[in-house]
Amino acid sequence: MAQLIPIKVTVNDTVYERQVEPRLLLSDFIRHELGLFGTHVGCEHGMCGACTILFDGEPVRSCLIFAVQANGHQIKTVESLGSPDHMHPLQEAFHEKHGLQCGFCTPGILMTVVPFLEEHPHPTEDEIREAIDGNICRCTGYEKIIESVQAASEKMSSGK
Amino acid sequence: MTGKYFGQPVLRLEDKHLLTGRAKFCDDIVIPGMLHAAFLRSDYAHAIIKNIDVTEARKHPGVVAVYTAEDMGDYWKIGPLQVPPPFAIKDAQFNARPLPPIAKDKVRFSGEPIAIVIAESRYIAEDACEDIIFDAEPLPAVIDLEKAWEDTSVLVHDDLPSNMAALVKQEAGDYEAAKKQADVVVSKRFVADHVAGAAMENRGFVVNWDERTQEMTVWAGTQAPLPLRSAIAGRMGLVENQVRVITPYIGGGFGPKVMTSQADDVLLPWISMKLNRPIKWIEDRRENFLATTSERDQVHHCEMALKKDGTILGFKDVFYHNTGAYDPYGMTVPLNTQTHTVSNYRVPNFYTEIRMVFTNEMVVTPVRGAGRSEGVFVMERMMDLAAKELKMDPVEIRLKNLLKKEEFPLNTGVIGQDFVVGVLDSGDYKNNLEKCIQMVDYEKFRKEIQPKARKEGKHLGIGVVAFTEGTAVGPYEGARVTVGNNGKVSVSTGYSTQGQGHFTVFAQIVAEQLNVKVEDVRVITGDTGHFHWGAGTFASRGATIAGSAIHAAAVLVREKIFATAAKFLEVPEDQVDLCEGSACVKGHPEKFISLGDLAGKANPMRGAVEADVKPGLEATAYYAPPHGATGSGACAMIVDVDPETFKVKIERFVLVHDCGTVINPLLLEGQIQGGVSMGIGNAFYEKMVYDENGQLMTASFMDYLMPQATDMPRKMEIGHNVHPSPLNTLGLKGVGEAGALPPSPAFCQAVEDALYEYELDLTESNLNPSMLYEFRNKAIKR
Repeated sequence: MAQLIPIKVTVNDTVYERQVEPRLLLSDFIRHELGLFGTHVGCEHGMCGACTILFDGEPVRSCLIFAVQANGHQIKTVESLGSPDHMHPLQEAFHEKHGLQCGFCTPGILMTVVPFLEEHPHPTEDEIREAIDGNICRCTGYEKIIESVQAASEKMSSGK
Repeated sequence: MTGKYFGQPVLRLEDKHLLTGRAKFCDDIVIPGMLHAAFLRSDYAHAIIKNIDVTEARKHPGVVAVYTAEDMGDYWKIGPLQVPPPFAIKDAQFNARPLPPIAKDKVRFSGEPIAIVIAESRYIAEDACEDIIFDAEPLPAVIDLEKAWEDTSVLVHDDLPSNMAALVKQEAGDYEAAKKQADVVVSKRFVADHVAGAAMENRGFVVNWDERTQEMTVWAGTQAPLPLRSAIAGRMGLVENQVRVITPYIGGGFGPKVMTSQADDVLLPWISMKLNRPIKWIEDRRENFLATTSERDQVHHCEMALKKDGTILGFKDVFYHNTGAYDPYGMTVPLNTQTHTVSNYRVPNFYTEIRMVFTNEMVVTPVRGAGRSEGVFVMERMMDLAAKELKMDPVEIRLKNLLKKEEFPLNTGVIGQDFVVGVLDSGDYKNNLEKCIQMVDYEKFRKEIQPKARKEGKHLGIGVVAFTEGTAVGPYEGARVTVGNNGKVSVSTGYSTQGQGHFTVFAQIVAEQLNVKVEDVRVITGDTGHFHWGAGTFASRGATIAGSAIHAAAVLVREKIFATAAKFLEVPEDQVDLCEGSACVKGHPEKFISLGDLAGKANPMRGAVEADVKPGLEATAYYAPPHGATGSGACAMIVDVDPETFKVKIERFVLVHDCGTVINPLLLEGQIQGGVSMGIGNAFYEKMVYDENGQLMTASFMDYLMPQATDMPRKMEIGHNVHPSPLNTLGLKGVGEAGALPPSPAFCQAVEDALYEYELDLTESNLNPSMLYEFRNKAIKR
């Protein structure tokens, strides 16, 4: 049996203490140890962006980080944004603009866009394209994702 | 045909769960006691298996079992074919070599499974795969399609005399005679490159055999839940109601997830029953690239005979189609190619020949476009070639030859993937193109924009192409619509969904008939426990085939509501009206019975019920088309090419499309935009490359380039034509694959036009900057 390392991670404001193998990916930890299935795994080599989470507020690919590296850090996943009955304005905008189809890449895109909109409350279209360029979507052709982010920025800056 | 809900841009019912991370996908399924599977796959593309030593793997702590073909005994069987051979076509030859579940004696492609490890965790299962010693004698790999066809080639299947998987010829008129009458004959060899489906979610399979209930439950990210259910039941010796296949949320399909009888669905049910434990297998991205299925990969030798004025007299196409190491999915892809070369222009005489070849590559089955892309690519390129030869404008030659709307319905004389002779049902192909050139302002581009750009040293080019999309093929789909006691409506269909928006469009169809809110219609797709008839999600057939069945069932329920309500409201049926959520008396909305109460009345628990009256407000219906419905369209692309770096920027992208009646314009746009992004990916980014040893050089997203947000045109300008299909009540045609068809040929034409100083001759469907550089270097300077 591999050596187990104790870790203490704060995920969506809840503190979790677990014993994990050093090789356990953070994405697998979040999904299979904590049961937070909103974070999706699309490639496991850091290219698709589906597993993007916030690590101390920064968007990172959870498939490229080991769970042990999250020891003592703050994680936010898509579950932190909103619930089906009370969606985050960003989620509302994706719904209204048809910014998702199969929805598999969507949590990663949302978690990429949340800090982006904090830094760029009034982004241009080009800035949005650049921001989501590392997230692959096979379904939408991106156009409606970009419209969604634009709509979200308007909603959020108007305080709605 | 727009109603209260039907035809409206209704927002999707499925979104909220997806957006908040609550939707359940295959890998989110957890069952107590669940084990995990990993496959050991061959690194060799072609080799004789000498020995597979699993001794150490079996000893690995946490490993529960390891199986190879040898351990499977009589359960190891090849196949079956998922799609039957095309013997409806005269003299068709087909050598059936369906998939073995796991390699025995020989491996035929790199990535073919050779052993499966079942362990307490996926990490352990993968560790144990590394403990297996695989001893094999490598053989030369068969990769080049044209060489593979030759008698001297190494054989993929030793029991066959050649690598011929199939030979199918279809013709109409007399091409050779037409050629003799021609003023000009042009010919060219084209390559349609190999691409991946690359859904963002890989495949997955969870199985639980319950010994006490004698029932097996399967969760799978499949496009074909009913064929999968039947295949599993058949192999396991179970009757169909002992196997329930449930499709959870699926992260994209695009074709490859239609496959059944692959290693996972053959092996895991058997192992689950043997071990009496639930098992999960989730494919990883590398496995998806190496060993699921992919598509395109054809070499065409085309010839076209024309009159001086550009009228097509005849077309000939002999093409090689790579089926990979096996041919479990029959000939769907090359038959689609054959259909789509001659489906939008008037081609009075043609001869097309499919040479389907076995190679040491992964199996080829449909990927969005599914053979249509290749047909559209070669035909459109031939039109360009003819236009150049005749010094005609590429738009002019197309307008001259496009079929006219008065000609429909038109029998094409080509038997398609559905094994019936193609009939083009309706449309206005010329108008699609006219509208498209109007939207892009072709005249202005030619007369003002382009000359001005050239003066400034810029390389702007335009490409304009036309296409058809054969959609909505049979055999059939079905659905059941039920009004619940709470007044909400449930819809069950065997059709499965991968993000297209079926939960919403199916609900719109029902809501329109029953006058209930769209959000009060709950749709269940692809759960064989709820509805157990259907064929699957392919060929852009969901809205049309399943949608028509749902519509028919909703109409029956509506009739039953009227009949039942008339009794309880004590008025004649023609005095009953549907108020929202209730049945009421016409002109007296205060006299009503809610649909929920009516559903209760229609299902009395005591008392006599009239003979022949079925319980509940419920109906089941099916829809089977005589043949597919054909969508059509045209596409224009303006590109700006940097003649030094060969970076191509798409300045404008215009697409006019006709899919008949529109159920939801918002979702329709999404379908087209998604298809286009795949088409643009196929045109300039995505390409699966095998080396001469049969090694896939592009088995990750680092090597296989997916189109990203910055690669897309700023705006896809989409125009619609609506020519309802006469084949179904709602006038629907499919649209799912349309966007993927025209980008490659439009891109080639536009790039040739942009680099006007050279006589460029682009003959591949996938280009990239270095290939463009090569093509330019080969080209003669004007």
